[in-house]
Amino acid sequence: MPISQLSQSAPSGTGAAAARSINIAILAMGGEGGGVLADWIVDLAENSGYLAQTTSVPGVAQRTGSTIYYVELFPEDAARAAGKQPVLALMPVPGEVDVVIASELMEAGRAITRGLVTPDRTTLIASTNRVYAMTEKIAMGDGRADADAFLQAGGDAARVFIHRDFAALAEQNRSVISATLFGALAAVETLPFRRQQFEAAIERGGISVSSSLKAFAAGFAAATSPEPVKSEPIVSAVPKAGPGLAALAARMTAGFPPASHAILLAGLARLADYQDIAYASTYLDRLEPIRSLAQQPGGHDAALLTETARYLALWMSYEDAIRVADLKTRRARFERVHADARVADDQLLLINEFLHPRVEEFADILPVALGSWLLKTGWAARLVNRLTGKGKILQTTSLWGFLQLYWLASLRRWRPKTLRFQREQQRISNWLEQVKDVAQVDYALALEVAECPRLVKGYGDTYLLGSRNFESLMRALPRLRQLDNPASRLKDLRHAALADDTGKKLEDALAKLNLPQGGAL
Amino acid sequence: MAERFFKKEVQKLYLGEGQEFRGEGILAVTKALLQSGVSYVAGYQGAPISHLMDVLTDANDILVELGVHFEHSASEATAAATLAASVNYPLRGAVTFKSTVGTNVASDALANLASGGVIGGALIIVGEDYGEGSSIMQERSHAFAMKSQIWLLDPRPNLPSIVQAVEQGFALSEATNTPVMLELRIRACHVHGRFIAKNNVRPHFTLKDAMENPVRDASRVVLPPGSFLHEHEKIEKRWPAAQQWIRENRLNEVFANGAQDFGIILQGGMYNAVVRALELLDLGNAFGDSQVPLYVLNVTYPLIDAEVKEFCAGKRAVLVMEEGQPDFIEQNLHAILRKAELPTVVHGKDMLAMAGEYTAAVVTRGILKFVESYGNNLLEPQKLPTVVRPPATKSDTLPILQSQVQPRPPSFCTGCPERPIFTGLKLAERELGPHHVASDIGCHLFSILPPFNIGAHTMGYGLGWASAAAFNTHETSKRTISFMGDGGFWHNGLTSGVGNAVFNQSDSVLVIVDNSYTAATGGQDILSSQARNPIRTTRLSIADAVRGVGVKWIKTITRTYDVAAVRDIFKEALTTKEKGPKVIVAQSECALNEQRRLKPLVKKRIDEGQRVVRERFGVDADTCTGDHSCIRLSGCPSLTIAPNPDLLRQDPVATVLDSCIGCGVCGEVAHAARLCPSFFRAEVISNPSAWDRMKARFRNTVIQLLQRRIDRRLARVTT
Repeated sequence: MPISQLSQSAPSGTGAAAARSINIAILAMGGEGGGVLADWIVDLAENSGYLAQTTSVPGVAQRTGSTIYYVELFPEDAARAAGKQPVLALMPVPGEVDVVIASELMEAGRAITRGLVTPDRTTLIASTNRVYAMTEKIAMGDGRADADAFLQAGGDAARVFIHRDFAALAEQNRSVISATLFGALAAVETLPFRRQQFEAAIERGGISVSSSLKAFAAGFAAATSPEPVKSEPIVSAVPKAGPGLAALAARMTAGFPPASHAILLAGLARLADYQDIAYASTYLDRLEPIRSLAQQPGGHDAALLTETARYLALWMSYEDAIRVADLKTRRARFERVHADARVADDQLLLINEFLHPRVEEFADILPVALGSWLLKTGWAARLVNRLTGKGKILQTTSLWGFLQLYWLASLRRWRPKTLRFQREQQRISNWLEQVKDVAQVDYALALEVAECPRLVKGYGDTYLLGSRNFESLMRALPRLRQLDNPASRLKDLRHAALADDTGKKLEDALAKLNLPQGGAL
Repeated sequence: MAERFFKKEVQKLYLGEGQEFRGEGILAVTKALLQSGVSYVAGYQGAPISHLMDVLTDANDILVELGVHFEHSASEATAAATLAASVNYPLRGAVTFKSTVGTNVASDALANLASGGVIGGALIIVGEDYGEGSSIMQERSHAFAMKSQIWLLDPRPNLPSIVQAVEQGFALSEATNTPVMLELRIRACHVHGRFIAKNNVRPHFTLKDAMENPVRDASRVVLPPGSFLHEHEKIEKRWPAAQQWIRENRLNEVFANGAQDFGIILQGGMYNAVVRALELLDLGNAFGDSQVPLYVLNVTYPLIDAEVKEFCAGKRAVLVMEEGQPDFIEQNLHAILRKAELPTVVHGKDMLAMAGEYTAAVVTRGILKFVESYGNNLLEPQKLPTVVRPPATKSDTLPILQSQVQPRPPSFCTGCPERPIFTGLKLAERELGPHHVASDIGCHLFSILPPFNIGAHTMGYGLGWASAAAFNTHETSKRTISFMGDGGFWHNGLTSGVGNAVFNQSDSVLVIVDNSYTAATGGQDILSSQARNPIRTTRLSIADAVRGVGVKWIKTITRTYDVAAVRDIFKEALTTKEKGPKVIVAQSECALNEQRRLKPLVKKRIDEGQRVVRERFGVDADTCTGDHSCIRLSGCPSLTIAPNPDLLRQDPVATVLDSCIGCGVCGEVAHAARLCPSFFRAEVISNPSAWDRMKARFRNTVIQLLQRRIDRRLARVTT
């Protein structure tokens, strides 16, 4: 019978009387404890009346690559009754896996794409933590895979789908993820063993027994507790306006649509923190015309206002040496580092900053005339670069280090007189004009223009490249408006700008559209 | 030596008659060698047989007790040549390496060994690294067996069969004066199972006996007329002897013969997959009771003509289950049946797959296709398993899912000292433009993957510099850069690369990555390892060796984490006016092994109350703008991304995980590439001294005073 004539799902209860193996696949990253978990399962089975076979292909995958550990269990009494040893397989057959354990969410997705998870049979236990793949990490923007796609697929593909952050649980219990996952495996009751038998396997293992048992219990409890509500995308806390900002906040609440309040308030707080209340007030002034646009016919929603507000706030609070010094000296920052480095009460913490300002960054915070002179004057620029040498390690927790940064941060009040401040205000105005101008005729395109400053990021060369890309897009805009579908074209160009860190992809994309390339700063 | 110990595994080697051995396949082989009265064992490490070497290293006591000599061979060629001890003496010897890469290297010695033949049993245990997760070219050891006429065993992948294959391998070798190759697939090497052990056997004829009573037989030497004699011997004596011995001792197995007028001929190594497929198709059960006749080739070379004819006689068709290509067995079957004028149809690659691993899915679908053609009445369509059914179309999440699942290849470990070498090269290339880079085998080959994307080819272990040999012309001042690991260097690179470059007056650059171990194979010792090893000579200098073969321009970096220094040394090597071969020795200990060594020490020191400083890096999320250029220059597993805590920003920020070991690369990169001020190094002092504490109290008082001033300003903005 040709395969194509078969129905799609296997009927249940095939070979009901025949004894068969229990098949378990563990998907993990090398060096992550997948082997420990497989060993526990083998030990558990062998001490509970089952024959067990496990194998893996560690190879070089022991170094952070995806690895599959595969375990098969077979009841000893069935083997005795048959008077024969069972023949166990060395690799999983799609459709024939009883339990899939994934130590990370994308690995769960990988198991599903390999066909290991099927609705008639498979219990899928997945840890929802993400260990990002290299391709996700090196993206210039946001290259992260869609976690919801994994959860959705897990729900669709598995008979039972248990998904919790077993990595965080392990961390909380100062143990390893194999222990929490082992707990979850006990909890789902897919294997014919009792909890005590699982725990006995950990005890026989003899390594870090008490912490492993604690993590095991936590994993067990998490897997048996009700499913967590579908996790909302992490929303950072909206700040609450302090007394100095109260008037501006009130003005904002009264005059702007509620959908934009969160971002606007964050923007106000950012700028008052960055400079002062007056600067925050400028922010609202700048947004008034955009808000009026949104109220006109064709101004569909608050998206243009919100996105403009977002990037305006970020641009107005550009990172100069003053800002960096300011942020590095704060108490909250010290506390954060303290917590991240897990400093115990009887330990001391020292914080060393890696700074390497270039002559451009010096010029940024000098008064306009002096800054321009420094950039124009070869010998002076060389001198500054020579002085900064190979970069500086500054210990913020030392008195002298702290005082240097504290003094630098205190230059804040002089910032409006600096070279960079003047330059950025001019560029901000140009951009806002473009947004306004475009919005009169093409709302969708205006939204894209509003998002363009997202390209301008980083410091040093990264910042230069981002700025150049941004300017290229702004220069291309007039010509772009004469083409069809300019909004999606601009979006594509923005993606091209984020596709590599040399600007080559953007150049090619611009050339393809016969648009001007490059841009002066 | 690597700081891993196999004491538990070593204990298993002591098991005696009737006791049950539980463990990995490759350990079972180790035990089987001792049970077979082996006199010497040699090999070169590499997945999947590294464990055999590692366990024997820790088992020196038991080896000495049994009079067994064990060597870490300099290369697979050395290992294979070691088997010469069995040419003139009744000594059983075994060598092991990764195949086919190791077999390639060993083939000169293997060919000589096979030509003259052996008196003592000579066993070559190859770990066949084929299929998923393999890091080498996809070829077959089978070809080597055929070309040199070495018998090839491919036992069923369970421990009793594997152990039996070792024992039978020695006997077969002795009965036929021919070396025997035991092929173990990667999953079989790592399979956990059990077998009933026997006592270890001290060889009745020892190395001492041989050395004190030397014998020679010029007819065993490959030189005319001996070499012509050997060829005739192979055909006239050894081949028939093997046909007879294998048949008489029933090395191959037949199951369920007569059950159908068709059957399956399979490599022993494929047995479990075939049995599972039959079980799923309801043509067999979990115990291997098959309704389809099976002819299991535990010996895949040579085929036993009489057995083949016997099995095929009266069968309309057979399916050959032969993994890898070319399809040597299938072709051979055709020839045997044709000569015997048997009409049996031979199927194989036409119903399975021409290339690629024979996964459970491929095997099951292939057998289904075969049985559909020859025994369709046996199949119950309603009972067929999921794997042979068309994929369920209902799920529209699958395409979305597939677009989201990204590859996760192996990569440099956290704190790896090799990574900054490539960061330095990337920075040098920013200034000097791209160069042709020749890669080698070892962890450093991960450079070809993101984020580095460095390296144009790899031609084999230790052949990094050799593979750039052609690029030697006066028509350009541009130089090539080649890489080589310390493992590859001692394996053959010293002569094939360095000697070659000196002799041919090459004007190019070689980087020798000196991390004190053959790290990629599990951290074994080599001549330049820094650890003192009681049974091996270590701590020799690579730079001295290079100088010894005549290189004048040698630079050594003793701390590869110094990215700026690495960058500058590359710039110098690529631009210096000095002509001739240039060698950069880049030294820093493999972080994986270093951590294994240091972690317990640090813990002990802290517990003893000593002052210990732990370093780790961090990124300030509020100054990080989420451009990830730091990650593109590093690729450290501990340097990753996290959701942006800032409501205004959308791109994820860089972050350093707690697994950071404070190697310093993040800071060095931030400096050398002038990246961004977000990186900091946290130093956590355990058991601080009184002076530490006093300083901290004083500083904190002043700093907290000033921080309260900052807080007061910020309190007006937000609460």
